[in-house]
Amino acid sequence: MLDLIARFFGRQSGGSKQLAKERLRLVLVHDRASVSPHFLNMLKADLLQVMNKYLEIDEATTRIMLSRQGNSIALLASIPIKRIRRNLQFPHAQTDG
Amino acid sequence: MGDAVVITSGKGGVGKTTAVANLGTALAAMGRSTVVVDADIGLRNLDVVMGLENRIVYDLVDVIEGYCRPKQALVRDKRVEGLYLLPAAQTRDKTAVTPQQMRALIQKLKEEFEFVLIDSPAGIEHGFRSAVAGADQAIIITTPEIAAVRDADRIIGLLESERLPEPQLLINRIRPAMVRRGDMMDIEDVVEILAIPLLGIIPEDETVVISTNRGEPVVLMSNSRAGRAFRNIACRLLGEEVPVERLQDSPGLLERLRRMVRFHDA
Ligand SMILES: Nc1ncnc2c1ncn2[C@@H]1O[C@H](COP(=O)(O)OP(=O)(O)OP(=O)(O)O)[C@@H](O)[C@H]1O
Ligand SMILES: [Mg+2]
Repeated sequence: MLDLIARFFGRQSGGSKQLAKERLRLVLVHDRASVSPHFLNMLKADLLQVMNKYLEIDEATTRIMLSRQGNSIALLASIPIKRIRRNLQFPHAQTDG
Repeated sequence: MGDAVVITSGKGGVGKTTAVANLGTALAAMGRSTVVVDADIGLRNLDVVMGLENRIVYDLVDVIEGYCRPKQALVRDKRVEGLYLLPAAQTRDKTAVTPQQMRALIQKLKEEFEFVLIDSPAGIEHGFRSAVAGADQAIIITTPEIAAVRDADRIIGLLESERLPEPQLLINRIRPAMVRRGDMMDIEDVVEILAIPLLGIIPEDETVVISTNRGEPVVLMSNSRAGRAFRNIACRLLGEEVPVERLQDSPGLLERLRRMVRFHDA
């Protein structure tokens, strides 16, 4: 009944802005990543740098990309590991003493 | 030395020319000498929006190619002291002006005027680079629609390589009634998505169409809401702190009647 009243007042389409916002959010992830051709390469370089602290990685065959999954976008990475580093240095362990 | 401001957008038809005409007129009315430059080469428009189309002798390309001095091409607006138009060439294509030539021209105008407002073509065509070349700052204008916001985002990304300060945002053609019922993106929504500072908002307003028909910017009409919005934006460009208007659309009798009619239609 309330719905019927709302419809009488032309509210049936109400809320389409949420849809617009959601669609914009998704499309802009792709747009921003592709406007700068360097975006993914820079991200990859930074990721590798961090991971290098923990892992020895095969950089030549590392791949990262954006992938649409339902109503979200995920960063997919395939990062072949050659070896895990043994002598990890934990910053908090050093502050001891 | 004056300040050169380019008004640009990703999508076409979102209100660049309207904004340049009105902000230029408002700034001049506030006592700042202002020249509005139509950098939309080949698609001359600013002259008719300002009602100055009958007094053009030379144009921007004539100046750049040395056929006349800049002063000879400027059209003085007789309604407002200190307001001038530099019209675009109508017969040339967008490649007629290089970014370097534009930069030199704007530099010259900045020596004579406190404000140089540049009306740019939409999008990422050649003319866009030239239009933004001489500017000290950029204003991005969009409507609250999905395609316009998307294209604005793209232009913001492109401007990052132009060594300009962070651009400011104008949101045009807001319809408060639609915002209220959740059918149009709100100011906050657009600002959040584009993540640049908001310079102002302009409501959808019939007086814009009427004023364009007459060739008389809405800032010269005392009872126009869009005119008031543009005057406030001009004040902010001068560094004054004017709060962004609240979205109160006065639905008025007419709109309420319309709603009742809709009720009976249903
Ligand atoms: N706030 C407003 N309310 C109502 N109509 C508006 C408003 N702003 C702009 N318009 C109308 O929208 C149309 C496009 O505006 P304008 O020419 O300023 O856009 P533009 O961005 O310069 O377009 P282009 O990309 O083609 O140069 C015009 O008919 C104008 O009158
Ligand atoms: Mg225009």
